Amino acid sequence: MTSGIEFVNAQDDEMVLNMGPHHPSTHGVLRFVVHTDGEIIRKAVPDVGYLHRSIEKIAERCTYQGFMPYTDRVDYLAAMFANEVWAAACEKLMDVKVPKRARYLRVISCELNRIASHMIALGAMAMDVGAMTPFPHCLREREYINDFIEELCGARLTYNYHRIGGVSFDMPPGWRDKVLFWADHFLPTMDEIDRLITFNEIYVKRLANVCTVPLAEAVQYGLVGPNLRASGLKWDLRRDDAYSVYPELEFEVPVGTGRMGAVGDSWDRFWVRVEECRQSAWIVKRALDEIEKHPEGEILGELPRKMRPTGEAYARIESARGDMGCYVVADGKEECYRARFRTGSFNAMSLIEEKSRGIMIADLVAFIASLDVVAPEIDR
Amino acid sequence: MTPQEIFDKLAARFGAAVSDFHADAKDPWCIVRAEALLEAASWLRDEPEMRFDFLQNLTGVDYPKEGKIAVVYHLFSYPNRHAFQFKVMADRQDPLVPSLYPIWRVAGWHERECYDLLGVFFDGHPDLRRLLLPDDWVGHPLRKDYAEAEHYHGIPTTRPNPIDLFQVSKKGAAS
Repeated sequence: MTSGIEFVNAQDDEMVLNMGPHHPSTHGVLRFVVHTDGEIIRKAVPDVGYLHRSIEKIAERCTYQGFMPYTDRVDYLAAMFANEVWAAACEKLMDVKVPKRARYLRVISCELNRIASHMIALGAMAMDVGAMTPFPHCLREREYINDFIEELCGARLTYNYHRIGGVSFDMPPGWRDKVLFWADHFLPTMDEIDRLITFNEIYVKRLANVCTVPLAEAVQYGLVGPNLRASGLKWDLRRDDAYSVYPELEFEVPVGTGRMGAVGDSWDRFWVRVEECRQSAWIVKRALDEIEKHPEGEILGELPRKMRPTGEAYARIESARGDMGCYVVADGKEECYRARFRTGSFNAMSLIEEKSRGIMIADLVAFIASLDVVAPEIDR
Repeated sequence: MTPQEIFDKLAARFGAAVSDFHADAKDPWCIVRAEALLEAASWLRDEPEMRFDFLQNLTGVDYPKEGKIAVVYHLFSYPNRHAFQFKVMADRQDPLVPSLYPIWRVAGWHERECYDLLGVFFDGHPDLRRLLLPDDWVGHPLRKDYAEAEHYHGIPTTRPNPIDLFQVSKKGAAS
């Protein structure tokens, strides 16, 4: 964090503006010091850290299981994934096997959460560039998912659902049918959203060719997940790393094609998320079919009696905001020696400073929204 | 390629600058000396067999007993689909490691965070400022010997436990 205010030449037309930390388009508490010449940005310096809660320091004071609720706070829009990456890293460290049914429950909960997170991303992005209507439609779908997840684990936002070695609860009675019913309703809803906003001419013209990120630049700056796929790289950890039970579930990986403008423009990033919502709904449906083959019972694997591992492990999963990594160093104590969360938004933020030179102020808002950065994930 | 093969090639190219390969670790890793880091990193990025185009993770781990801070690099290659991990051991008193910003732009913010939280200096970084903490923060919190200051700009960093307060007031009510 820095003040970022610099002396400005009075003869020049440059003006220094503060955008944020309490600006509705910054998706959390996020501040930009914007140097502008009229409507054109000369540079926008991101100033992060307002939501820094030193998650990594807390990890050094908690037991392995005890740290799980804190991981919810890494990314509050998609808490399931931080749960899972922490569990995955600890399981790798301690060689814990996760039962099949628990793996399916993880996939179902994660994909539901992915849809919920994308719903906010899509709705908020449309609202940031001026379309108010889609937001309540998206929130309505998210509410259904929140209700499902609440029934599953008792919480609507900070789930604390995954455990090292499995999950905490099995599906409640009747839950499966409810989710299947909802999934059948959700797929046509996405078509509705397509008609409402994705292919809306005003919206397309607003976003096509805006803040295009070419593939080489996307990889250089470490963009991950939907942002990377929008730039044209067909890479999805669920498919390419084939972790958990994803190999058993068929799904497509949408990539940006430059349909409305250039590959990797803001519209592509929006469209990739829309398609991912559809794919996630399919994955949920397929996983709910598959889970029937694994009868109720074991949802927590065999854990060591005393969790005092040694060594280190790096695990990565595909979160709603892309490749999320967790690096754990253990030294034979009940707490870990060092934990590190590497998140998608963090990398995406570092790109904004570079790309903001020479764009319009309104496009900066579109760019932040299209990258789907979430402040707690940057600051941790 | 497996990490073993990557290490063998790296060792053949850079000799004594890379050492201590831990093949039995969950993610096998080796140590690269700071002097050879820039060269080794650009070789790892550009060599057609390697093509590590994505710096997945950069972080530091403090080892006060050894007097070292390990800067850990996780690499991944999209074209070749392999991963590799290496560490650079920096002296704890004066940790100075070359910046990898010229090679992977993503390193820029990761190095700023590592400087902020662990106090590692990255030589050649264009903008090495604190990232998450305020500019006037004292110390680097992820160091193992970090002690939190009692006040920050007059704001206490600790507070009495509310449960203790409750018990005191209950006692007061009884008497």
